Amino acid sequence: MEVITKTKAFTKGLWNSRIDVRNFIQTNLTPYEGDSSFLTGPTEATQQLWAICLEAMAYERANNGVVDIDTETISTITSHQAGYIEKSLEKIVGLQTDALLKRAMKPYGGVRIVEGAVKEKGLEMAERVKEIFNYTKDHNSGVFDAYDPEILNYRKQGVLTGLPDNYARGRIIGDYRRLALYGIDQLIEAKKADKLAINGEMTEHKIRLREEVSMQIKALEDIRTLGEMYGLQLNRPAENAQEAIQWVYMAYLAATKEQDGAAMSLGNVSAFIDIYIERDLQAGLLTEQEAQELIDHFVMKLRMIRHLRPGAYDQIFAGDPTWVTEAIGGQLTDGRTKVTKTAFRFLQTLYNLGASPEPNLTVLWSQALPEGFKNFCAKVSLDTSSIQYENDDLMRECRGTDDYGIACCVSHQEIGKRIQFFGARTNLAKTLLLAINEGKDEKDGTPILKNIPALQGEFLDYTQVMANFKLAMQQVAEVYARAMNIIHYCHDKYYYEKAQLAFIDTDPGIDIAYGAAGISIIADSLSAIRYAKVKPIRNEKGIAIDYQIEGEYPMFGNDNDKVDSLAQEVTQFFIETLKQHKTYKNANSTLSLLTITSNVMYGKMTGNTPDGRKAGEPFAPGANPMHGRDVNGAIASLNSVAKLDYRYALDGISNTMSLVPKSLGNNRNVQTENLVALLDGYFAKKAHHLNVNVLNRDMLMDAYENPEKYPQLTIRVSGYAVNFIRLTKAHQLEVITRTFHECM
Amino acid sequence: MYATDSLRIHSIESFGTHDGPGIRLVVFTQGCHFRCLYCANPDTWDLHQGSEISIDEIVRMAVAQKSFFGKKGGVTISGGEPTLQRLALLSLFKKLHAEGINAALDSNGKILNDEVKALLKETDYLLLDVKHINDEWHHLLTSVSNQSVLEVAAYREQTGKAMWLRYVLVPGYSDQEEYLHQLGEHFKHYKSIEKIEIQPYHQLGVHKWEALGKTYELAHVQPPNQECIDKTKNIFKMYFKEVVVN
Repeated sequence: MEVITKTKAFTKGLWNSRIDVRNFIQTNLTPYEGDSSFLTGPTEATQQLWAICLEAMAYERANNGVVDIDTETISTITSHQAGYIEKSLEKIVGLQTDALLKRAMKPYGGVRIVEGAVKEKGLEMAERVKEIFNYTKDHNSGVFDAYDPEILNYRKQGVLTGLPDNYARGRIIGDYRRLALYGIDQLIEAKKADKLAINGEMTEHKIRLREEVSMQIKALEDIRTLGEMYGLQLNRPAENAQEAIQWVYMAYLAATKEQDGAAMSLGNVSAFIDIYIERDLQAGLLTEQEAQELIDHFVMKLRMIRHLRPGAYDQIFAGDPTWVTEAIGGQLTDGRTKVTKTAFRFLQTLYNLGASPEPNLTVLWSQALPEGFKNFCAKVSLDTSSIQYENDDLMRECRGTDDYGIACCVSHQEIGKRIQFFGARTNLAKTLLLAINEGKDEKDGTPILKNIPALQGEFLDYTQVMANFKLAMQQVAEVYARAMNIIHYCHDKYYYEKAQLAFIDTDPGIDIAYGAAGISIIADSLSAIRYAKVKPIRNEKGIAIDYQIEGEYPMFGNDNDKVDSLAQEVTQFFIETLKQHKTYKNANSTLSLLTITSNVMYGKMTGNTPDGRKAGEPFAPGANPMHGRDVNGAIASLNSVAKLDYRYALDGISNTMSLVPKSLGNNRNVQTENLVALLDGYFAKKAHHLNVNVLNRDMLMDAYENPEKYPQLTIRVSGYAVNFIRLTKAHQLEVITRTFHECM
Repeated sequence: MYATDSLRIHSIESFGTHDGPGIRLVVFTQGCHFRCLYCANPDTWDLHQGSEISIDEIVRMAVAQKSFFGKKGGVTISGGEPTLQRLALLSLFKKLHAEGINAALDSNGKILNDEVKALLKETDYLLLDVKHINDEWHHLLTSVSNQSVLEVAAYREQTGKAMWLRYVLVPGYSDQEEYLHQLGEHFKHYKSIEKIEIQPYHQLGVHKWEALGKTYELAHVQPPNQECIDKTKNIFKMYFKEVVVN
């Protein structure tokens, strides 16, 4: 496995004798401990290309959110001819289709959904494509053939929502770096060897695996063809920085041509790419300006990734996100920092190209990160509100690896070794209402849960309610597990991610990612029932349609153990209950406290709750305290969320904080210093995730009224960033009414 | 007359960044003897309002957020006027120090006795509000004399411990050039003063006056414009090593 180059040879290691990108990084990395002063601005080519992209995006907004759709072709790795923004200027090439922002149909998740999405834009799916599905089957049809009446009822009543049963599950991260380090030929060789080793008596597991590996090999061959369309020799390893980036991007591009998963993360590529850039810089083959230009052009391409979505999709994933999540920074297990100059260069794209929700830049924060990098991250947050932070120290400790990416919003995933089965989430607040109402839906009385005892007494009794709630969670967990197993079995069968799995070890470990929404409503409701007096107002059918609260009670978000412990207890109980169920492919069950933007939709689907929240009012996003109830300031609020134990929610605990700039201090230096202290402080408490928005409410109000003035205004929501003006008006208002931490 | 193991407080801000260095837990105490015309928190005046919180609870909160303090942050006691509850504060500050947490005191300097001196000894940063250098104007603005304020400053200087001055800039009341110079002259040799903070007058507390049924006499006074702030800043720069606008 010699890499032949004119430049300095890479240091050899285990990576030469097996597929092992992590080892390549360990042996060749140049950590960077300095500050941001080396960074450069955009080149003229970058500015010209970006101007074309901005114009295309303006047209996209004006044109009902879509520039164009290829209605004739089912998208595959090789389905479309090469496409360019402006060929003569592009250092990194490749589009999903033959034209900028033109969307492709990927109907294997659910052909009817795609057909509908095309129709919504005033177009029609070609008869030829519809015809194909008379003879084949999609994921959606498979799932619904297997679903039982109970799952359908949970789904209809909004107890389980957003399940990936009519769209692609996403969340799988290929180790796209492998293409650059090894080239197609070596990767095919390795996969062939894997397949040969799956021998002996043929169990169902082995048969499936042999078939899957064969599909992966086919995908690798297709990627070679895709490279040829762009004049790239992907069969061999990348030989310089430009090729390394181009190869990584081609591997990622192939995945996004084949799949339209809800979230398709890029992984953790900056340290890898930096090794090539550093080598070219040392050899005098590249200048800093040229290195930045490569990253700018790469990131620009990532910003142009699009999938075809129906309008209804906006309810759960507002703002047309693609979750090209890239994890940056963190520490190596040997104590060195993984921060490189290229980590800075990725963040610099937010200046060179302006703020943006994509790629979803995620800083892996460690107490030990170099000061220069911490300060630069804080500055970028202050200037752009475009990045999120996750606790690298915590994840390294709990998950045992330093080579991981973030799947979707906030979820840890070891790169190339493990994958994830996405499971959207259950509405835990509604589950509590079912526990209070003998298992009947609080809005229409539909029976959902069985054998939930009626509550006794004029006021809600904490012990009775908690006992019922646990019964309810057990039933929900059982149905949820059934649904997840069906979904992922069918997804593997009908919409297998061969292009992504081709860049992952054969037979990887799997996490099955359950989710729960409404934890702060649960905590406050249980607290009210326990520490104040809550009287349910029941209708003629005996269903509690409202609640009267007498007296004071502690609320989540004020660093009060009395209520914070309730959130902890429920989280632990729910994951332990989920873990009792068998999982497809023996996946390891995990839980997230995350809502994406569905907190608005959950609010609409959930009646009055015992914490005083009114029917229809949005939930707090992720694990956030409810708006306006965290009255002791930002740190007390953060402390409450930090108490939620990551070990019980390994899929992630999302927290979104909005600050007005002045609340961080009087001037830029103080604000930067305090934001660094705040991040250090939060993560020292073993908290998992933080979105940081530094914005004035006035500016958001103005953007709400005058969207055309803010084409690139970016804000963090639960686990990802969105272009504010692409949110629905309801979502925009929800963001504006959230708690903004100001100062007295 | 005041408890030594608890404080009467108005409110708590866990994320204070404007009352001392770094990120701070800021406790606003209840009760004040000044009657500043521009007071933004007249609801802190009455000694009997507010709520009671134990010293131990404040220490617990401070310890819970210690990881956020970094190298600089800590706890600030503001008000109201904290020194009215000096015995409890002395006990609080000692406990904070035992936890390795620094303590700042934001005071109007009304009281200077042995108990306050003992408290100042335990105070890492004294944020001293000098409302006016001229006693008559001070009277007009606050209803009391500035004698004690200047004595507290002088005492603090003797002890050599850190002090920040805070100056509320009210157009027509505290922006007279001659007095700004006079203030500078008075303090220019003080070694304990690390900085002076200009706090531009604002009207954000007016609704509280209305709610309390009190007449807000500065209704006609607009916040200082940039020119006024810059002028004040430039004058102070002649006398102090660091001048910031809060």
